[in-house]
Amino acid sequence: AMDTDLSSQDRKDLDKFIKFFALKTVQVIVQARLGEKICTRSSSSPTGSDWFNLAIKDIPEVTHEAKKALAGQLPAVGRSMCVEISLKTSEGDSMELEIWCLEMNEKCDKEIKVSYTVYNRLSLLLKSLLAITRVTPAYRLSRKQGHEYVILYRIYFGEVQLSGLGEGFQTVRVGTVGTPVGTITLSCAYRINLAFMSTRQFERTPPIMGIIIDHFVDRPYPSSSPMHPCNYRAGEDNGVVYPSVEDSQEVCTTSFSTSPPSQCVFTVTKAHFQTPPPVVTDTLKVPVMGLAFSHQLSSSRLSYQPAALGVGSADMGYPVLFAGGLNAAHPHQLIAPGKEGGVPPLPSQPAHGTQADQERMCTPLDGVHYSAATPSSSEDTETVSNSSEGKCGSPHDLLETIFIRKVGAFVNKPINQVTMANLDIPFAMFAPKNVELEDNDPMVNPPESPETESPLQGSLHSEGSSGSSTGNTHDDFVMIDFKPAFSKDDILPMDLGTFYREFQNPPQLSSLSIDIGAQSMAEDLDSLPEKLAVHEKNVKEFDAFVETLQ
Amino acid sequence: PLSSRCCAPSGATPAMNCRAEVLEVSVEGRQVEEAMLAVLHTVLLHRSTGKFHYKKEGTYSIGTVGTQDVDCDFIDFAYVRVSSEELDRALRKAVGEFKDALRSSGSDGMGQISLEFYQKKKSRWPFSDECIPWELWTIKVNVVNLANEQERQICREKVGEKLCEKIINIVEVMNRHEYLPKMPTQSEVDNVFDTSLKDVQPYLYKISYQITDSLGTSVTTTMRRLIKDTLAL
Repeated sequence: AMDTDLSSQDRKDLDKFIKFFALKTVQVIVQARLGEKICTRSSSSPTGSDWFNLAIKDIPEVTHEAKKALAGQLPAVGRSMCVEISLKTSEGDSMELEIWCLEMNEKCDKEIKVSYTVYNRLSLLLKSLLAITRVTPAYRLSRKQGHEYVILYRIYFGEVQLSGLGEGFQTVRVGTVGTPVGTITLSCAYRINLAFMSTRQFERTPPIMGIIIDHFVDRPYPSSSPMHPCNYRAGEDNGVVYPSVEDSQEVCTTSFSTSPPSQCVFTVTKAHFQTPPPVVTDTLKVPVMGLAFSHQLSSSRLSYQPAALGVGSADMGYPVLFAGGLNAAHPHQLIAPGKEGGVPPLPSQPAHGTQADQERMCTPLDGVHYSAATPSSSEDTETVSNSSEGKCGSPHDLLETIFIRKVGAFVNKPINQVTMANLDIPFAMFAPKNVELEDNDPMVNPPESPETESPLQGSLHSEGSSGSSTGNTHDDFVMIDFKPAFSKDDILPMDLGTFYREFQNPPQLSSLSIDIGAQSMAEDLDSLPEKLAVHEKNVKEFDAFVETLQ
Repeated sequence: PLSSRCCAPSGATPAMNCRAEVLEVSVEGRQVEEAMLAVLHTVLLHRSTGKFHYKKEGTYSIGTVGTQDVDCDFIDFAYVRVSSEELDRALRKAVGEFKDALRSSGSDGMGQISLEFYQKKKSRWPFSDECIPWELWTIKVNVVNLANEQERQICREKVGEKLCEKIINIVEVMNRHEYLPKMPTQSEVDNVFDTSLKDVQPYLYKISYQITDSLGTSVTTTMRRLIKDTLAL
């Protein structure tokens, strides 16, 4: 088609519109398969950055994938952009569900106004896409994904491949927009034979290596996200810096962690992959999963391998978190999606302590570990039990023990085998070298002082800090900058830390004391002969009773 | 309240060039509201823009329309609507009235609700402004009564599937890119759009409904005007 009629400015505008339309199309489709409800806000004052006047978030990974697939080209005749939605079960079976096709045909509309009519019609087409993505069968499947299967997407550019949809697939047309260079059409071909889903027995398989997700929720969902301006006089692409895929594949981690059932994260290492290289090298299968969608995802790193989900025994056992942002400095941040509804981000973990803790909790290929992002009582229990067994293992273990347990609480045994000076703990220099000589250490046996300030605010070298402590028998530990979770600052006279110190050594219950126990035992023993005599008297009755049972 | 200021009640013959689409659904009583809202919101999603902000030299910029997913409680169905609480409230009010009217009519539960998009054409005094409809959506509703829980469960699924078909139908119509009012100048914008909402700007619309009694005649016609009429008399 001759496009000499089209002014160069119009042509540039049109290309730009088509490009961003393609990117937004992918976003809408993928977001509709995350398994969560989407919600964006209307804004009466134009931000100048929302393409097609619609508030459609840009998940960076998705944009990245789309751009990679397009490789600088635009949909044209014979070159369609396709988003393939498929399902993968926990047993490793996968099935294509839908192919969304953005195509261009040769039918041109020369008369149409680019900057105006085409733009508005593209906006309308996106609205139609929003509506249609909720009415194909895959939508309901994607809302229920999680335990038995996950939904994946793949973007490719070129010829449409519908063969994977099985027989009798149906097509729905989302819409068309005529332009001076051709007519854009958007449609969806979807599988209707989902029968196997209902009859399949989904067994729980042990979770296996899946896809690496390292997430970092950068900032909460903003009302005006920093997208590229719609003003087509503006320059280039969005300014979001997104690391290349090659970079992201370098940072595979070895830890494997999951959190409670509805929130799962997989991490996996490249080293564990044994599969042959993917067939289609320019596209990547990426899991799509319910996610903190309401949160702005900034630069992110999604490490994956193509066909990773078919890796030997490394099939996806549990839902995978998708497309989180990642901050290099905090590779273990977790996003914990609820199955439905909103997804609260887990707070970022401090760099040392709890990260060490988490690493300890997670063992590769070790089955499911449930680790919360913040220190929890379960962790305390575990580590305390370790310590109470006198297992002082490596200094590393001890380090974590100190960090996560409530200092002093529930400790039975003193830690007396460790020199802490060489541990990488804060204020290690203040820790006594030999714990047994602590009796005179005010930090260990704090003086009885009024609660003028939180004892835990002070650092080790603050002499006057600490609350009263009635039982000092178990004070032979080192107090290190202890800030128990959820404790308040030194505003209240009695804070959590003080409480612990005060009540950490309650007196033993009298009924459990040895004396009383011994006493009742003696009584029992004394009464035995009497009882036996009575039973002997009634032996005939007992025998008769036994006979009735036979 | 009925107003005599503007055009004839809808349900009358649509004007020329007004395209009319009719959808039919059979639902259980408790599904009426959600089904109506799903259809109306889907139509209005396509017929709402961001707020216009006129600048000098006759140019204008357009605000941003947000969207959100809505899950139905009584139907296995979800739809997308414009993120505007005002608009949602207005639709819920209209649908609520329709549902109440259906229920209290005591008939075998048939009625229809209409969503009409129109343009205002100013006339000179003493003539009142004309309302010229350019698109009319009619949803015919048939309320069924179900006997047991099993039937209700099937109904949930079936109505969900039916609504999926309706959404596809609506999108097909929208895609025809047939007549839409021209983008108005600042002085004309209130003749084309409802500018009373603070976050989005739908085309001027009105919702009305009719209940059919058992004799098949329409019993009531209630006009609901949902526009900001600047020419209140």
